[in-house]
Amino acid sequence: MIPELGHFALILALCVSAVMGTLPLIGAQQKRQEWIALARPAAQALFFLVALSFASLAWSFLDNDFSVIYVAEHSNTMLPAIYRFGATWGGHEGSLLLWAFMLSGWSLAVAFFSRTLDDATVARVLAVLGLVSMGLLLFVLVTSNPFARQLPAENGRDLNPMLQDPGLVFHPTMLYMGYVGFAVAFAFAIAALIAGRLDAAWARWSRPWTTAAWVFLTLGIALGSKWAYYVLGWGGWWFWDPVENASFMPWLVGTALLHSLAVTEKRGAFKGWTVLLAIGAFSLSLLGTFLVRSGVLTSVHAFASDPRRGIFILLLLVVVVGASLTLFAWRAPKAAGGGSFGLFSRESLLLVGNVLLIVAAGSVLLGTLYPLFIDALNLGKLSVGPPYFNSVFVPVMVPVVALLAAVPLARWKNADFSDMARRLGWPAVAAVAAAAIVPGLMGGWTLLTVLGVFLATWVAGSTMVQLAPRLKSGMPPASFLGMQLAHLGVAVFIVGITLVGGYQEEKDVRMEPGDTVTVGGYPFKFIGVREVPGPNYTASRGEFEVSRGGKSLRLYPEKRNYFSSAMPMTEAAIDAGFIGDLYVSLGEPLEGQAWAVRVYYKPFVDWIWAGCVLMALGGLCVLSDRRYRASKRAAAAARESLERSAA
Amino acid sequence: MKNWKKRGAIIAGGLAAVGIASALVLNALDSNIALYITPSEVAAGKAPRDQAFRIGGLVKQGSLKRQDLTVHFVVTDTVRDVQVSYKGILPDLFKEGQGAVVQGRLETDGTFSASEVLAKHDENYMPPEAKRALEQAQQGHPGGKR
Repeated sequence: MIPELGHFALILALCVSAVMGTLPLIGAQQKRQEWIALARPAAQALFFLVALSFASLAWSFLDNDFSVIYVAEHSNTMLPAIYRFGATWGGHEGSLLLWAFMLSGWSLAVAFFSRTLDDATVARVLAVLGLVSMGLLLFVLVTSNPFARQLPAENGRDLNPMLQDPGLVFHPTMLYMGYVGFAVAFAFAIAALIAGRLDAAWARWSRPWTTAAWVFLTLGIALGSKWAYYVLGWGGWWFWDPVENASFMPWLVGTALLHSLAVTEKRGAFKGWTVLLAIGAFSLSLLGTFLVRSGVLTSVHAFASDPRRGIFILLLLVVVVGASLTLFAWRAPKAAGGGSFGLFSRESLLLVGNVLLIVAAGSVLLGTLYPLFIDALNLGKLSVGPPYFNSVFVPVMVPVVALLAAVPLARWKNADFSDMARRLGWPAVAAVAAAAIVPGLMGGWTLLTVLGVFLATWVAGSTMVQLAPRLKSGMPPASFLGMQLAHLGVAVFIVGITLVGGYQEEKDVRMEPGDTVTVGGYPFKFIGVREVPGPNYTASRGEFEVSRGGKSLRLYPEKRNYFSSAMPMTEAAIDAGFIGDLYVSLGEPLEGQAWAVRVYYKPFVDWIWAGCVLMALGGLCVLSDRRYRASKRAAAAARESLERSAA
Repeated sequence: MKNWKKRGAIIAGGLAAVGIASALVLNALDSNIALYITPSEVAAGKAPRDQAFRIGGLVKQGSLKRQDLTVHFVVTDTVRDVQVSYKGILPDLFKEGQGAVVQGRLETDGTFSASEVLAKHDENYMPPEAKRALEQAQQGHPGGKR
């Protein structure tokens, strides 16, 4: 019964989304109050129905209802309850339902937090979100119904062991919140285009939503990176896997969008560009979904799936991009314009950074899609490896980071170069000194390590120079603090990638019990391997002894064999530390008692994720700014500016 | 500053950025692409000699041999075989009789020296490149449709 209930709720949700996507929009154009008033209740109903459907699927998993094909394919009675819950989105159908669930959640949030926005605008925004929901729900129902039944029911096949990890609960949810959150920025942009009103109020309203989506996406990507680091047993934190790229491209464009929205709100410039970025960020989220779900890519995330699905998403993508760009071409010339600025100003510098971010996203897009194009043209099969991405991406991002330190010191309209140079004096000196000293301490100078240390110190120094005078005169606004925190996060992140990239040590060795291998100056002693039972697997658990900072500690890497599948899993053992991780993972048993073992030393690797967390915290800090609280004064100001721009 | 001058400067700057990026992209693509070659194509002498490439296919039953950390195995498309050697730890799902993709170079003695071994990530899933190699071999046109 429960799965049928879920299926039925999903069909009803499709109907509601069709209403939500059309009537309020027409109402807003024809000024029909009763149709406009439909938008908010429709968003509430949509959320309720999709949530009910999602809960039904989760219930089917927790209840081990293996007559539901999707449950049978991704779960098993022996699977611990938390992973049975996580398995709800552990496959194609469920992850799309999660997408739809989150989209309805964002729509509800828009309906709820926009009480002070005028009704017509809310109706337009919600209608656009309703249309996106409609496309997605149609997709789920037509090609990927998670509630399909089978008879007779047997015990399930089990969840892919690689997914049986706490990461499954957080990584996809955060990532999807980010992906889907850009739909709100997209909806605001489209609504503004439809209304023909691209003004400061529009930018002010879409800023917090964009920031929120960006925070989720940042955390989602960081969690995925951390998960890959400890679960795949390779000890890498980024592989330029096509699916990683698929999540990274919206992040790059979203970052550009955040900064461009700031200019649009404060100075009224870049309106057209901002709208394009909003369309781009969401389109790339959809493209990401297409790449992951169509099975056209060989990747950790590619569930083998049927081509109909890929074609459906591709069509959805074409409709979204095509319609938005047509609307843009028709409306933007009328609505855009305004906001003059000098050639050397905060606006122009932000624009340069923006363009570079887009170029970076473009180069990632090219590298990701190139093999698909070549294949589609029947020119053969090929792969584009990490060296391509490193050699294109790094040179493009270096000036972005260099600018990041300088731009907040530039004044709007016309920046004073000599004043900036004076204030950036000591960060520059500190950066040169750090670049000269730190690589020496770590074990040698290379171009990348010198550059990385320089940039990190340069950015960190610049945030200090900006913070110090502001902190003296009381507490600065949260949005200012948030920006500095996020920029400091970039500096911390760069320290991580530079030092781990430059000074990590990796050894694949054959070890017998009693053998010792020294990596990164730490002696690892192999004690032995024994069999240990788990809830739905047995593990060969290795034991290593390593001394660190005068203390002796034990590491227990595992090789797990799951009962329900022939697939072994490597669980690395990591001793994480402020200045680096000690990493051991078991390879395979060799003759006798010997094992092939991976022993890594990863200096400062945790700074990578700490940097991402700081960036996300910075975003949260910005969101807490007083300006975004729906106070009466803010509402009045927003209305006033709306009226001014309408006049 | 005059408006058209500013616009000109912005356009020139944008073009320069795009130009530099394209140069970087083309240069990087040129040296970092790995073609997929099937074992039959290797046998037909169609593999590049001085460039890394990828081979997709099945790991032949009974061909896996270990020598400390160095492993030797045969990748086949059921018609032709390639002898592969690899030093390091194999991925979890690497198994005889299963699909795999190897990246590396062809040595002068005709064996393939792999720098990377990729296996599937799910037991029910075959890398598309490995599948393609098998299909082509079974359709009996080595060399494929390239």
